[in-house]
Amino acid sequence: MGTRVYRAVGGVSLSVRPGECLGVIGESGSGKSVTALSVMGLVASPPGVITGGAVRFEGEDLIGAPYETLRRRRGDRVAYIFQDPLATLHPLYRIGDQLAEAIRAHHSISAGEARERAIRLLNDVRIPNAGARIDDYPHKLSGGMRQRVSIAMALANEPDVIIADEPTTALDVTVQAQILALLDDLRRDRGLAIIFITHDFGVVAQLCDRIAVMYAGRIVEEGPTAAVLEAPAHPYTRRLIDCVPELGQGKRRLEAIPGLPPMVDALPEGCAFAPRCTKAVPDCARGDIALERTGTRAVRCLMPEESA
Amino acid sequence: MGGYIAKRLISAIPVLLGITIIVFLIMSLIPGDPATAILGSYATPENVEKLNRDLGLDKPMVQRYFIWLGNMLTGDFGRSFSLNRPVLDEIVERFGATLVLAGTSFVLCSLLGILAGVVSAARQYGAADKLITLVVLIGISVPSFFLGMMMILLFAVELRWLPVSGMYAIYGGGDLPDLLRHLIMPALALAAVATGVIARLSRAAMLEVLRQDYIRTARAKGVRESRVIWGHALRAAMVSIIPVLGIQAGFVLSGAVYIEIVFQWPGVGRMLVDAILKRDLLLVQGGVVFVAACYVFFNIAVDVAQAMLDPRIKT
Amino acid sequence: MRVFAALLFRNRLAAFGAVVLGLILILVLLTPLLPLPDPDQTSTGDRFLRPLSPGHLLGTDHLGRDLLARLLHGTRLSLAVGAAAALIAATIGSSIGIVAGYFGGRIDNVIMRFVDMLMAFPYILLALAIVAALGPGLMNALIAVAAVNVPFFARNIRGIAVGLAGREFIDAARLSGMGHGRIILTELLPNVLPVIVIAMSTTVGWMILETAGLSFLGLGSQPPQADLGSMLGEGRSALISHPHTSVVPGVMIFLIVMSVNLLGDGVRDALDPRLRSGALSRPQAMTRVARTGAVPAATEDLLAIQELET
Repeated sequence: MGTRVYRAVGGVSLSVRPGECLGVIGESGSGKSVTALSVMGLVASPPGVITGGAVRFEGEDLIGAPYETLRRRRGDRVAYIFQDPLATLHPLYRIGDQLAEAIRAHHSISAGEARERAIRLLNDVRIPNAGARIDDYPHKLSGGMRQRVSIAMALANEPDVIIADEPTTALDVTVQAQILALLDDLRRDRGLAIIFITHDFGVVAQLCDRIAVMYAGRIVEEGPTAAVLEAPAHPYTRRLIDCVPELGQGKRRLEAIPGLPPMVDALPEGCAFAPRCTKAVPDCARGDIALERTGTRAVRCLMPEESA
Repeated sequence: MGGYIAKRLISAIPVLLGITIIVFLIMSLIPGDPATAILGSYATPENVEKLNRDLGLDKPMVQRYFIWLGNMLTGDFGRSFSLNRPVLDEIVERFGATLVLAGTSFVLCSLLGILAGVVSAARQYGAADKLITLVVLIGISVPSFFLGMMMILLFAVELRWLPVSGMYAIYGGGDLPDLLRHLIMPALALAAVATGVIARLSRAAMLEVLRQDYIRTARAKGVRESRVIWGHALRAAMVSIIPVLGIQAGFVLSGAVYIEIVFQWPGVGRMLVDAILKRDLLLVQGGVVFVAACYVFFNIAVDVAQAMLDPRIKT
Repeated sequence: MRVFAALLFRNRLAAFGAVVLGLILILVLLTPLLPLPDPDQTSTGDRFLRPLSPGHLLGTDHLGRDLLARLLHGTRLSLAVGAAAALIAATIGSSIGIVAGYFGGRIDNVIMRFVDMLMAFPYILLALAIVAALGPGLMNALIAVAAVNVPFFARNIRGIAVGLAGREFIDAARLSGMGHGRIILTELLPNVLPVIVIAMSTTVGWMILETAGLSFLGLGSQPPQADLGSMLGEGRSALISHPHTSVVPGVMIFLIVMSVNLLGDGVRDALDPRLRSGALSRPQAMTRVARTGAVPAATEDLLAIQELET
């Protein structure tokens, strides 16, 4: 470990209201996961350090809060679903025990009650034959089933917010669709707020009310999903959308974005996307560019795309 | 699980046979006339002739091996010349004492080692970690027999807290508290090295496990940190700690030989050394086979424990 | 090589071990040149002299022999025997491992079965059995310790050799018409050598300790010849009345084993970065917070992330 400081997230602001789903989109390494983990102080530390800002849950600042305060919120009010369900479930505990533990970490109920509740949770996420599955170990389940278990675990205490960090990336497409449908139902039924982190516009379009696009640790564009998808304002968002192949569009040329995202320890001054941007002007590399807000939309660009 | 245990027991048969073959081969390295060498100073003409007949030394080697093996299987390990009693009786009696010593030591080093390793990992680079690392470093470098001697000097001679040596007091002893008083020093001296090794390994295993995603999951669930460390993390780390415990048990058993000499403990190790010095080779041969066989069964128990802990192992 | 040395000495503990071991080695090499009394010369009038007595810096033992002289000669002997045992074990064990790994198949199977059987013994039992068969003596103790460690080398080196034997450069050598012997010596051996060095550097301390142990039991060096183990063994009978005769050789064994272990760990870390101990970082229960600047004001939202910097 050198003395170099890698700035993974630089001044990100996001918010959700009850029942709302916010999509956070960006390439690998754009700081989406770190942002998500920072909320409950779960960034690996060392080396991670939160150097500024606040995370407010119902108005209460969680950054710098004592460990016990944070622990009581974790899993109870704000729950996580992680990417790879094989790595995120403990390999040596039965799934029922892992579910029961999530409940009993916050409520003092008997083992029997917790078990019943765990079976109901597995039913909720539509795992067939939940009563028998509950005594299985994670390695005996398929990838989709494991992710359902992860979701059940996140739901265990009926949290107010679920932060889902690429929950469908490791799954194949049909399973992915089922999981998304499941999350959507839960959101409507229970009024959950979801922060959905992904690099897949298709998933965002299906599930989210609003999206925020991240690049090199900052938000470059934010707005209602439909509006952003139809008329992206930031050149980066535009290029990202162009990367997505669509069914029934014939042989459209797929646009790849030239170049690579900048290393977080070598961020250029000004707009981090400028070196890869076709519309860049000299001013782009000069000084900090503000996130301009107009109505429900916001964009961090000197030369926003014209709306069609 | 029952099927798995049976399978492991069956797989032990060739290993046990191998052990007897190796011991047999080593013993046939003895230069010169075996009967005279085995009997050493007890080599009167009658004894030599009797032993030659007993061991069937006039027969070819392979046949001799099977006769020896057959005798052992029926519980006949031969007769010790220096003690003038059946070898097996002596071994069983002495092995009990060794088991008390080595067993206590093994439990001690497992508990202390894992405890130190976990604390060390949980407070990596903290004061506790540095202190434990230093103590471990010294622990694994001190010869157990020297440590034992220094403990005698300090606790028995200077402070007079504990008896110098032996298993029971000569007069008026014999009960459990008396045994424990005699057991403390040898058990600790014997455990020192293994504790260090286990602590080192537990620390490394815990650090590895604590980086895993499922630990983050447990924290994200709001599980208490003590439970994350001592439950989730330790349980996963045990998968790599348990095999080390099995290996260390072999070292504890080996170290018991030195400790039994230092503390005059009437165990099988001291018996073996005495037997070698008196050239009572039948006793050596029997003792080695017996203890090695017990160790094989102990390792099976370790494998079974591993299988019970880790559901991913096919049983 | 220079890189290796730099890597090795960046590790402060390894450097400490190297310095201590270096001092002991220099002292031991110079022993014949130093003005010391004959280590085996007895003098019944000077029995059990305290350390710092005139003429006897470390005192004398139960036969009035000078402890410093005996210590240095004993250290010399112990180091030589331990190193010899390590060398023998490494040579034989590695040869077995390379042969098994290179040829594979039936040969591999038979050899490794046998090695497994040897490893089924607690090590001292095997050593005791060998000493029992060959009779007590320093040479036989050396053989026993070497033999006990052969399986360890065989098992380790075989694992590496199996991996290498399947690689292209071995096939290339075979196609170019080289015999098995030449391939093993010129192609395979140079590639497994670092592993052998690592294995040796981490076990030589053990072997010094084991030979000293056998001597301590009276099964190694026989009087009047003394190594550290037998000195400790002789000192034991006078432990309570004259502890210095035990403490002196005991501390020396401790110093040797500790410095060899430290140096061995250093060598392993320097040669094989993947095995580096202690370089792993571990997530804490909570992300560290070092927040500077003002905390943004509260908003109406359920969950709001404000100006977060990580």
